[in-house]
Amino acid sequence: MSAIPDVELVAPGHGACAGCSCILTMRHALKALGKDVIISMATGCMEVSTSPYPYTSWRVPWIHAAFENAAAVASGVARALKVLGKSHVKSVAIAGDGGTADIGLQALSGAVERGENILYICYDNEAYMNTGIQRSGVTPFGAWTTTTPVGKVSRGADRPKKDLPAIMVAHGAPYVATASVAYIPDFINKVKKAAAINGPTYIHVNASCVPGWRIESERAIEIPRLAVLTGAWVLYEVENGKLNVTFKPKRRPISDYLKTQGRFRHLTEQEIAEIQRRVDEQCKRFGIE
Amino acid sequence: MKQLLDGNEAAALAAKLARVKVISAYPITPQTTVVEHLADFVANGELDAEFMKVESEHSAMSACIGAAATGVRTFTATSSQGLMLMSEMLFVASGLRLPIVMTNANRSLSAPLSIWCDQQDSMAVRDSGWVQLYCENNQEILDTTLQAFKIAEEMLLPVMVCYDGYILSHTAEPVDVLEQAEVDEFLPPYKYPYPLDPENPVTMGPVGVPEYYMEFRYMLQKAMRASQKEIVKVGKEFKKKFGRGDGLVERYHSDDAKIILLTIGSLSSSAKDIVDRYRKRGEKIGLVRVRSFRPFPVGELIDAIGHAKAVAVVEKDVSLGSAGGLFLDAAASFINVEPAPLMLNFICGLAGRDVSPLQIREAVREAAKAAESGKVKHAVKWLGLREKLVGLEK
Amino acid sequence: MKAGAVITEPGSTEKKHTGSWRTFRPIIDPNKCTACTLCWLYCPEPAIIKGKPHSVDYRYCKGCGICAHECPVKAITMVREGSCETTP
Repeated sequence: MSAIPDVELVAPGHGACAGCSCILTMRHALKALGKDVIISMATGCMEVSTSPYPYTSWRVPWIHAAFENAAAVASGVARALKVLGKSHVKSVAIAGDGGTADIGLQALSGAVERGENILYICYDNEAYMNTGIQRSGVTPFGAWTTTTPVGKVSRGADRPKKDLPAIMVAHGAPYVATASVAYIPDFINKVKKAAAINGPTYIHVNASCVPGWRIESERAIEIPRLAVLTGAWVLYEVENGKLNVTFKPKRRPISDYLKTQGRFRHLTEQEIAEIQRRVDEQCKRFGIE
Repeated sequence: MKQLLDGNEAAALAAKLARVKVISAYPITPQTTVVEHLADFVANGELDAEFMKVESEHSAMSACIGAAATGVRTFTATSSQGLMLMSEMLFVASGLRLPIVMTNANRSLSAPLSIWCDQQDSMAVRDSGWVQLYCENNQEILDTTLQAFKIAEEMLLPVMVCYDGYILSHTAEPVDVLEQAEVDEFLPPYKYPYPLDPENPVTMGPVGVPEYYMEFRYMLQKAMRASQKEIVKVGKEFKKKFGRGDGLVERYHSDDAKIILLTIGSLSSSAKDIVDRYRKRGEKIGLVRVRSFRPFPVGELIDAIGHAKAVAVVEKDVSLGSAGGLFLDAAASFINVEPAPLMLNFICGLAGRDVSPLQIREAVREAAKAAESGKVKHAVKWLGLREKLVGLEK
Repeated sequence: MKAGAVITEPGSTEKKHTGSWRTFRPIIDPNKCTACTLCWLYCPEPAIIKGKPHSVDYRYCKGCGICAHECPVKAITMVREGSCETTP
């Protein structure tokens, strides 16, 4: 922990919600990366809360272009850095799950396929939060969102989480890792590792959203921790195709995680059992008991 | 050195001579060979640049934005559907005031699908804050693209160089290709005042809150209007060095003409032939070609055509639900201005339909009739339309 | 105002004191704090100043309560903002 630098490259005074753990991932990602970066960020919570003209929270060069193209902008930045011979500066793309899994997938796919020298960090709070909690392709099964509301005919999200890390592995990205805001030293290590590679690397960090998950702000770290401890979110890395599960918890029942959040409040015993079954299946694939 | 080049080759050569450093483009008919030529140049070591084979035009412009913001000269090219897909980012590029240069091989718009020439594509994005310069021939494509980099970097505005798909892009004409040394003398190295650099961190693309957005829009509009002067200045400088070139508009036998054809793009060449024939017969017909469509050269235009009795605006586009884009801006230029000529709009040549001398003569005839009677009965007419097919049998 | 709305002053949100958002404020008990830095680690603003004991930068603290919740020795309590309590 003494290894984590003190320098804050994301200034306070930003407009993130009280208890936002996504801005915490930004804070620590920048600690892992240091000052020699250029951030290309997609439209989303992290972008709007840190850049209300004339103020900015960023103490590193930062550009916001649009919602679906963080990977494409970062690719252009990386190429320009190459032209300028600035090999010590890293081009980093940052986007939320919305700007990655759905609208951002094409640009990300293209960048990785081309082998661009960029680190892509997806902060995943499991819905389009900036626009008011609408579902995304990585909204977990059963979750309430404003576009997967709980009613008579349908009850929350009815599709499983799109497996972004697996998609990145399938693209042949040399380093792909999942992380959690509740496991910060692990996150920092993974970011450092990914940034050091000359090529397309991908980190998918799970973080909570106080209004979106309907949780108390003080539990904003505890709840993502429970996601990992129950196996809902698995921490692993894939280096050149080789899988390494970086944390194998002694799993707690999924209800321990689900009951902490208002977005899962509507679930019946049966629905929870179904989610448990899916989590069990997922953990089996990763060799987690 | 004079070479036989088609329009796309000319565009690619211009980018090469301009020493662009990051090219990010996606193929689309009829722009495709621009991208292919550039790929060849880079593969052969003739051009030292990063050639990004992006996965869409939207990403092409996005990558240009990233690269231009980081501090290198960038280039892309597209047409039609690609321009439409890119359009979100066109507005972002201009809003960010990045000096990106793009060539657009004018092509019609789907649906229904068309690969053939008209100017609907670039006309559709005339609001995007890009300077739009239209070329009449392949020499102009080379020259104007080179000038575009200078204009862009001076004004901090992105510039779009438009030229007719197939008619110019795929037609070979003699083009005097400048030497690299000459171009280096004319075009200084890339400069952008606030590059993304860890030594001096800036934030680009913040939230333009209501307290500030309008002012930034005003600044962009001001820069666009001011670029008229820069376009003229750079044109003059180019002419001084290389002996050719135009400014905002080109006047062809128009100073004493009572009937003037107002045109844009390669159609101007064909129309000039017709003007020559009229002149041979002693008829005072003239032509004014708009080179800079954005910024729209209001002052220049009033000066060039204000004295005419009637102006026939002949163009290959239509702003659906209204009239042709050139006509709308030209007509608007004369609001509150006296004297003002009568103006007629002729839509022709959509999706590559041939614009024949007969069609141009028809436009002149209609304009002459209006001049004679002092009235315009129907302001907008479509030339070369297969009227039977649309139930307009005479 | 720079062309393109470029902001040339990095980190300028530090001028915005988001402490005004608070309805609860954290009080760190200097007798209990072991300076483990976990509160500093988890604070989103950040609004924890490392030290022996750690202290709160009340200019920015939004009162989310993460620090109090995560503190392994329960050295932090959340008291209602505007109350007279300064010690837990």
